[in-house]
Amino acid sequence: MTLASMQRKYEPRTLPQGKAATSAMIASLAAEGYETVSAPFGHALTKLGKANEKVVGLSADLAKYTDLHVFAKAMPDRFYQMGMAEQLMFSAAAGLAKEGFMPFATTYAVFASRRAYDFIAMAIAEENLSVKIACALPGLTTGYGPSHQATEDLAIFRGLPNMTIIDPCDACDVAGMVPAMAAHAGPVYARLLRGQVPKVLTRHKTDYRFELGKAQLIRDGKDVVIVSTGLMTMRALDAAQVLAGDRVSAAVLHVPTIKPLDVKTILAEAAKGRLVVTAENHSLNGGLGEAVAKELMLAGVHPPFRMIGLPDQFLEAGALPTLHDLYGISTHGVARQIKQWL
Amino acid sequence: MSAASRVGKLANLSLDMRAWNIRRHALRMGEVQGQGYIGQALGFADVLATLYFHATDYRPEDPEWEGRDRIYLSIGHYAIALYAALIEAGILPEEELGTYGMDDSRMPMSGMASYTPGMEITGGSLGQGLGIAVGAALGLKRKGNQAYVFNLMSDGELGEGSTWEAVMSAVQWKLDNLICIVDFNNQQADGPTRDALAKGAEGPKWEAFGWFAQEVDGNDLDALVYAFDAARRLNEPKPRVIICHTKMCKGVDFLEQREMNHFVRVEPDEWSKALKQLEEAKTP
Repeated sequence: MTLASMQRKYEPRTLPQGKAATSAMIASLAAEGYETVSAPFGHALTKLGKANEKVVGLSADLAKYTDLHVFAKAMPDRFYQMGMAEQLMFSAAAGLAKEGFMPFATTYAVFASRRAYDFIAMAIAEENLSVKIACALPGLTTGYGPSHQATEDLAIFRGLPNMTIIDPCDACDVAGMVPAMAAHAGPVYARLLRGQVPKVLTRHKTDYRFELGKAQLIRDGKDVVIVSTGLMTMRALDAAQVLAGDRVSAAVLHVPTIKPLDVKTILAEAAKGRLVVTAENHSLNGGLGEAVAKELMLAGVHPPFRMIGLPDQFLEAGALPTLHDLYGISTHGVARQIKQWL
Repeated sequence: MSAASRVGKLANLSLDMRAWNIRRHALRMGEVQGQGYIGQALGFADVLATLYFHATDYRPEDPEWEGRDRIYLSIGHYAIALYAALIEAGILPEEELGTYGMDDSRMPMSGMASYTPGMEITGGSLGQGLGIAVGAALGLKRKGNQAYVFNLMSDGELGEGSTWEAVMSAVQWKLDNLICIVDFNNQQADGPTRDALAKGAEGPKWEAFGWFAQEVDGNDLDALVYAFDAARRLNEPKPRVIICHTKMCKGVDFLEQREMNHFVRVEPDEWSKALKQLEEAKTP
C-alpha cells in the first residue's frame, strides 16, 4: 500500500469527470507517433528456434502475456507449459540447460525477481547455465499496482554474479536481443516489451542495431547527455525534441545492456562537459543511475549529474499516462526536469 | 523367495561391504574437520550403497558420460555422505579424503557442482533439487536418452513449497525416468520433522499426487534393493519416490544412542572411537 493511498483510504470519492481509467494489465505501451510491431519477442524466438533446435520455451501460465504463445503455436513440441509455479519453472529450466538445451523462460518481471530469485540465483546463475529469462511488465508498465510493477528487478539482478541484464527500448531492441541472448554463453535476464511494441530507435538512427554490451549514441547534442535505458530512451528522444524547441540541445546515449555496462562509451560521453542525466524505468535505487554514478566516481569524471527514475516507494495504481506524469517519466516530465537542472 | 529378493540377497554381500566402506570414509572425513553431518552420512550409507552399487549406471573414469544416471544431491549438507560414496565408487580418489572441508579442496562442506566430479548440482538451498530434476528428466526424454534422474532429498525439504510444485509437474509430464529418494530421519535443524510440517502419511501424499510411492526401512539393504528395482522396472508413465526411513548415526552404537540432533556433536576423541567400533562391528 502506498502512503498517499493509505491516507485517503476512508475519503469518499465522487464520480470522476474526465479522469483516465487503468487499462488492462497487459495493454501495449502506446507511443504517439511511432509505428508498432506485433509481438516482436515471439517472432524473434520462433525464428531462433527454427535455426537452433536446442531452443525451448517455458511459461508459468503467462505465455499469452509474454508473447511466448507465438513460439508455442509455431513449435508446440518445443514449448513447456509449466503451470503457475515460477520456482519450478526456473529450476526445470536449469535442468534442461544441464542436459544441453537452451531454455527461454518467461513470466512477469515481479515473479522472476521476487518469487523465484533464489532458484535463479542457485540453480541457474551459480552454475552459469545458459538459461534465458525474458520478463514482461518491467518497471512501471502496468497500472495494477505494486503486485505487478517490477520497480526493483534491475537492482535485484545486478547483485547476481554471472547474470547479464538487458532493458530493451523498442521492437528493434527486442527482436535484436533474442539472437544475442542465444549467442551469449551464460544466463541472461531481459526485460520484455510485449504486444504492440513501438519502433523507436531506427526512426532516430536509421542504421541502429542492438548489440549486447554496447551503449550507442542515438542523437548528439551539446547541452546535456541523457544516458537512458529501456523505454526511457524513447522518452529521452521525445524529450530531446521538446527541448530542441526551447533551444536546448540534448544528446541521448542508449544503454540497453545494464550488466555488463559499456563503461568506456559512457565515460567518453560523460567527459564532454555536458550535464549528465540518467533515465530509467526503475527505482532510483540500484539501477542504471547508480551504476553510472559509480563508474564516473571511480574514473574521476565529475560532470553535473542528475537521475530520472522511480521513487523509493510502492507506486500508485492508475492509468499509465497519469502515473508516468506523476513520477516524472513521461516525455514532458523528462523535459521539465532537465530544463530545471540546466 | 522372489527373483528380485534372490538377486538382492546375492548382491547384499557386496552392498553390505560397500555401505560399511562409505561409513568408514565419512567418519575419516569427519575426523579431519572435527565436524560434519556425520549423523546423516551414517544413516544414509545403506541408501547410497544401493544407489551406487546396484541401482545406477555410471563410468568412474568419465563422470560426465552421457549415458550415466544422474544423481542430484539436493541436500547439499549431505556432501560428506556423497563424497564417501564417490570415493567408494572410484570417482574421487581416496587419497584426497583428508582434504575434506579444507582450503583448495575438491570436497567443500556443502556440495557444489563446480568443485567436485560426480556432484551434479549445487544443492544446499533446500527445495531446489526436485525441480531441477524435473527439467533434466524432460531434457533426457527430449534427447531419447534412457538414463534416470535420481533426486536425493531430505524429509525437511517436504516443507518447501517448491518441492510440491515439482511433485505436481513430474506427474503432469509423466516423468517415468525420475526417481526421488527421500531420506526420512525425522530430524531437521530445530527438532523432529514430524513436529514441524511433515505430519506423517508421506507415502499416501505422494500417491495422491500421482506418484508411485514406496516406503522402506532405509537401513535394510534387502528392502532397498527391492524398492530400487521396483522403481526402475515399474511399467507405468509416472514418477517414482522411495521414502527411506533411516536411523541417524546408524552403525555406531554410542552415537545412535545420543540424543538425536540434526547436527550431531562428536567430541574430538570420539572420531577414532567411532571408527574403532565400526571396524569391530564388521563381519566380513
